Formats: sequence, C-alpha cells, structure tokens
Amino acid sequence: MIVATGKSIAEVRSLLMRHDKVLFVGCGTCVTVCLAGGDREVGIMSYAMRMARRLEGRPIEIEQMTIERQCENEFIADLAAAAARNEAILSFGCGAGVQAIAERFPDKPVYAALDTQFIGILEEQGVWTEKCLGCGACVLADFGGICPITRCAKRMLNGPCAGSSEDGCEVDPERPCAWQIIYRRLEAIGQLDRLAAIVPARDWRTSWHAGARRVVREEHRI
Amino acid sequence: MIETEEMKAGPTTQRCEILAFCCNFCAYAAADLAGSRRMQYPANVRIVHVPCSGKMEVQQILAAFEHGIDGVLIAGCLEGGCHFTEGNLRAKRRVAATRKLLDDIGIGGERLRMVNLSASEAPTFVARVREMVETVERLGPSPLRLAENRGQE
Repeated sequence: MIVATGKSIAEVRSLLMRHDKVLFVGCGTCVTVCLAGGDREVGIMSYAMRMARRLEGRPIEIEQMTIERQCENEFIADLAAAAARNEAILSFGCGAGVQAIAERFPDKPVYAALDTQFIGILEEQGVWTEKCLGCGACVLADFGGICPITRCAKRMLNGPCAGSSEDGCEVDPERPCAWQIIYRRLEAIGQLDRLAAIVPARDWRTSWHAGARRVVREEHRI
Repeated sequence: MIETEEMKAGPTTQRCEILAFCCNFCAYAAADLAGSRRMQYPANVRIVHVPCSGKMEVQQILAAFEHGIDGVLIAGCLEGGCHFTEGNLRAKRRVAATRKLLDDIGIGGERLRMVNLSASEAPTFVARVREMVETVERLGPSPLRLAENRGQE
C-alpha cells in the first residue's frame, strides 16, 4: 500500500488561500487504509478548514466527496459535476491520485492535502514501515524475501556493512539492520548458501533514475 | 457522520455552553445519580449519552465546536475499567490529538477535556463539570462566536 501523512492545518490553509469554494476529494484505497486521506480525514479537515476560515473572517464553502480510487479515470469521472461547481480541488490522494485528477481537470487548480511517503505495510496499529522502493527489477528471491535496497540504508547488495550494532542499523539504531534479518531468514529457510554468491552491481535503469517509467501490456490494451 | 440534535442546536444563550459526552457505563450513570441526589451543577452543561467514550469521533467533537459550543467534556470510565476494555484509552489518545487540532485551528485545545470516573462517583462528576465550566468561563466564549459577533457589528 502507498503510505501518506496529512499536511498540517497551517499548510492546507495556505494552499487554499486563493479560494472560497473548494471540493475536498478523499481516496478510498491506500490512503484510507493508512488513515490519511479517506472519508474520515476529509471530514476532519473540512471541519478544521471551515472553522479556521470563519475565524479569519473569510468563510470557505467545502464540498466533500470520496471516490474509490483517485488513480483511475473511471472513478475520477464521478467528480466531474462537483469539480465544475467548485473553484479548486483539494485531493487527499497520494501523489499519483493528485496528478491523475489534475490531468483530468486541466482548468482547475488541484492541490495535495497529503505528503506521500512510501510503499509499505501496517506494522502495528498506527505504525507503518517502508518495504519497497519500486526499483523495477525485484531481487527479493535472492535475499530471503527481505529487500536490501529498501531496508538497508546503504542499499548494499553484498552486506552487511561493518557498522551495524546488535540488530540495529548504523544510520538509525531504532531501525533493524536489513542484513541481520536477511541472514536470520535465510538460515531459517535453509538457504544460507545464497550468501556465498557475489551479487554484481545492479542496472539501475529499471528504477526511477532514468525518469518516470511506463508499463505497457499489449494483451490488455483495447 | 451523525451529528446529534444538541450539536446542531448550538449555543442557545450568551452564557458559555458546554457539551458533556458521557459514557453509558460510568459518567452517564454518575450524572443520573447526581440528579437523584439533588446535587447542583451548572445548568449550561448539556449531557449527550454515548455508548462508550471510545465511540467519540474527532469529527463529532469538531462538529460541536463548529456549531458554536464553547467547551466539550468527554467523560469515560476509569482507566482499566472500560466496559469495552480499552475504549477510554482510545478516547484519551483521540482527545489528545484533537486538542492539538483545536490549537492549530485557533479554537484552543483547552476547550476540550477528558475526565475519568466510575458510575458511583456523582460528587466527582459534579466537581469535574464545575472545573470545566470554570475553565471555559475563564477562556470566554468560543473564538468562533466572537468572530461572528464582530462580523455582525
């Protein structure tokens, strides 16, 4: 899931400074699950903004709507009428959702209400951790299902480095050393021999480094 | 989000108005007991019966303030004594976050308070309500009401 966090009241307030009638759009997928941009968070921010603006002496009119997914045109289409009624759109989607809405409504200002953080999992209630960088060429099979690219601060493919202490990472002792976890995991599944292989330098062209990527699957195109 | 009639009514007088969301298993019973015992507490507190303090949503608290309420009291069971095990502990964390939100909005987090008591503690209920009324009266009417009054002048 994509994990995001909400911007502060002050930030959202300054985003909406130019407008008096705004559509707040929640997203029913990842950001609902990570409690950042679902129906509830849209509601909370709406109350907050209405009150803050009334205190300023410049009331704001807010329309709220949450669509299933902001990253798909099929769902964004449901926003058309509401978008036309409002001066601007405040999207509670991830960065992809905000951009998808902006592309769909080229004449409307579209603002992001969230800071998109990472692809991760719910570790425990209220705690999310990053697990995947989306590098485009998965190496999880070689490392017992633990990603050294995401979870090792040095992105070492032939780790560990000499800096880890106990089970903690040198960069942040609160974060577990990915290589420690890789070793334990490979030991548990009887594949420690995988560590004997020297992993060659990666071709990073599959990752973001060459710019925004595109996936085309001809068999699914219409 | 369901807004109660009390929220929609907003303040009816120029006096400070306080909403007390009282858990069914403690504060609501304590308030009832205070009534049976003819104990006096300020009349500008209106009680809203909730199944558990943990049932309170941030939006409900904000809705009360948006409708012009001057203070909100959330009354739940003693810690460790929640009928639903940890509803009051969840409410505690939610109230702390909402207080910060109210500060950021400009309403003031002090206007929201959580208290814990048991069903038999009618005197405690009266004391906590009085303390809340004193706090809110010291703070004065909600800044929202003041802003609107200034607008009308």
